[in-house]
Amino acid sequence: MDGIIDFAYAIPVIGFVFQFVGYIIAVLPDIAPILLRAAVPIAFAALCGVLCERSGVVNIGIEGTMLTAAFVGWSSGVFLLPVIGTATGLPFGATPVLLVSLALALGAGLLVSLLHAWLSISVKADQIISGTIINIAALGITGYLNTLLARSSPVGAGAFARIDTPDFVRDIPLIGWVFEAIFAQGPIAISLIVVVIAFQVLLFRSRWGLRTRAVGEHPRAAETVGVNVIRMRYRNVLVAGLLAGLGGAFLSMEATASFQPGMTAGRGFIGLAAMIVGRWTPLGAFGAALLFASSLGIGQSIKIVPPTGELGVFLGTLPGQFFDALPYVVTIVVLAGLIGRSIPPAADGQPYEREAAS
Amino acid sequence: MALARRAWAIVALPLIAIILSIITGIIVIVASELLVRQQFNPGLAIDAYVALITGSIGTEAAIINTLVSATPLLLGGLSVGLAFKAGLFNIGAQGQFLIGALAAVAAGIQLRESPVIVAIPLTLLAGMIGGAVWGFIPGLLKATSGAHEVVTTIMLNFVAIATLAAMVAGPLDSPGSASPITRDVGNASLPIIFGRNGHAGILIAPLIAVLYGFLMFRTTRGFEIRVAGANPDAARYAGMSPRRLVIWSMTVAGMLAGMAGATELMGVTRHMTASYGTTVGFDAIAVALLGRTNPLGIVLAALLFGAMRSGSAAMQIQAGVPAELVGVLQATILFFLVASPVIQRVFRLRGAQAGLDEASTFTRTYSGDAAIR
Repeated sequence: MDGIIDFAYAIPVIGFVFQFVGYIIAVLPDIAPILLRAAVPIAFAALCGVLCERSGVVNIGIEGTMLTAAFVGWSSGVFLLPVIGTATGLPFGATPVLLVSLALALGAGLLVSLLHAWLSISVKADQIISGTIINIAALGITGYLNTLLARSSPVGAGAFARIDTPDFVRDIPLIGWVFEAIFAQGPIAISLIVVVIAFQVLLFRSRWGLRTRAVGEHPRAAETVGVNVIRMRYRNVLVAGLLAGLGGAFLSMEATASFQPGMTAGRGFIGLAAMIVGRWTPLGAFGAALLFASSLGIGQSIKIVPPTGELGVFLGTLPGQFFDALPYVVTIVVLAGLIGRSIPPAADGQPYEREAAS
Repeated sequence: MALARRAWAIVALPLIAIILSIITGIIVIVASELLVRQQFNPGLAIDAYVALITGSIGTEAAIINTLVSATPLLLGGLSVGLAFKAGLFNIGAQGQFLIGALAAVAAGIQLRESPVIVAIPLTLLAGMIGGAVWGFIPGLLKATSGAHEVVTTIMLNFVAIATLAAMVAGPLDSPGSASPITRDVGNASLPIIFGRNGHAGILIAPLIAVLYGFLMFRTTRGFEIRVAGANPDAARYAGMSPRRLVIWSMTVAGMLAGMAGATELMGVTRHMTASYGTTVGFDAIAVALLGRTNPLGIVLAALLFGAMRSGSAAMQIQAGVPAELVGVLQATILFFLVASPVIQRVFRLRGAQAGLDEASTFTRTYSGDAAIR
């Protein structure tokens, strides 16, 4: 066995690939929980995008929706901490304050999404411009309020914690680390796994899913068989807002216990990229989000634990930003159809005009 | 009379949007003061606006600051505006700006000892080429594969950030510095011609706006762009090539944003750090929308946003209202513009022109490659 590996590693150029795969297999169990954690906000953003665009509404404003939710989650904690106590004893380090703040963060995601839905479905304004405005507005308003709040050196309500991984899970041979990576997370990250599976099944195996896809592909046909296109789009965009809200809440209430201006740092946009690479399916989007987070994570890992041998020398010559840029380049390549074309739902971005009842 | 009515039709909605946003700003200031400090202080809003206005046009230095802030917004606004005219949404002005600045600093370091007469034009040209390349890529992708420019330009924005950081930390890093930083561009700096920081770019940008107007309304290419932007099918039937126009428009839009980056670098910062960033790309979208892709409109919108940017510091210091309020005002202006069908109904402005006609073109192409053949 070792002989084969040594042989494979020594092949010029291709050997690098073998060495790289070997390196990843070696470090993966250790960095898997970190990668999953990094993928959570990206995946929530991507799911939000999938739900919106499957219903025929383009949502560029996911970044802003997440940022707003992150801010509301954290700042409600600041305001409510003196009012509601911090009774403990709940799993995942949850306190009443945290739970109420989470609910408010989700509500914020819902409200921002409502604005987008209203502008793009009812006002029939341009959806791309509407999303852009949401991003600009969210950055401005959260930055403004954060500066005001920061003057009184606020105390936040803390963050959700993770539970201890049960031993029997860790001991599962070969794939134990996968479950360990999932269980080594807080409640919002774990809920992501549930949401991804449920969403995938619902979208392709339920009446709601069929209707949603119909509304996104051919709204007129959907309307003729009795689907209320407008109501369907509104409902789906609002639910998508909850997903973005979860992604935002994860950032300020689970990954960290604080808020920084612009803390989404482009994750809403990588989410869009993951949605495209995942071909507008929940599972695909989640996979792409994991892949993208891995690209960023591997870059970090190489810095901390550099691989040995020629591979290490080669990777050492790459600028550290190479892995930062990789997800975006992959997305452009996929979108351009160089590796398997990715095509959006047919009615994506088109406002729906009900036919005149005359 | 007819002329006045036409002028009113064009400026009515932007004007109402600005007024409504000012009112929203008052509400935000008073409400947030009430919420955060439990004080009801309506005078604070007036103090803030007075500080904002005096900080942007009150003194000569303030006016120069406003012009300096408006310069990249104007060039960026023209970039986004030109793309809008062609039925394209250039969210990538951000990345084109950064690559333009990066190319300019790379060239400027080489030319820092050369005669000014050579160094400045070549450095500016390098920035324009850098931006043009960053605009050409999404243009080519849209024309050949239908990959929508909104998504590709967003992705390229992030590639630009990584490229910039890698270059500044790598080949462009000045020897002997603790953290990644490039050298000064030396002789390639734009000369200061007004006051303390009024660089020559202040004069270049309006000139480009005039050129933009000439191109759009007095040349065949401009006519083709406007036709293709309003209706790609009509353009095709008239024998124009929407594909070529898409590539051309995105490249020129990239060039303009690259120019914004180059002038900003050569006139203001003159060197670059690895975390060099900007919000110009996104502000430029706001400028182009408020200016309705019209050259004069874009100039006025750039001046307004430039004034808000430069006055925001004074507002924070004198009135204690965070400078980020400007972002709120900007966003609400855009919001009222986008919600213009509703505004029209509320204010009974039946004649006023709403929205961008070209917007339907880039939304229509989002879901597929139908519009480009």
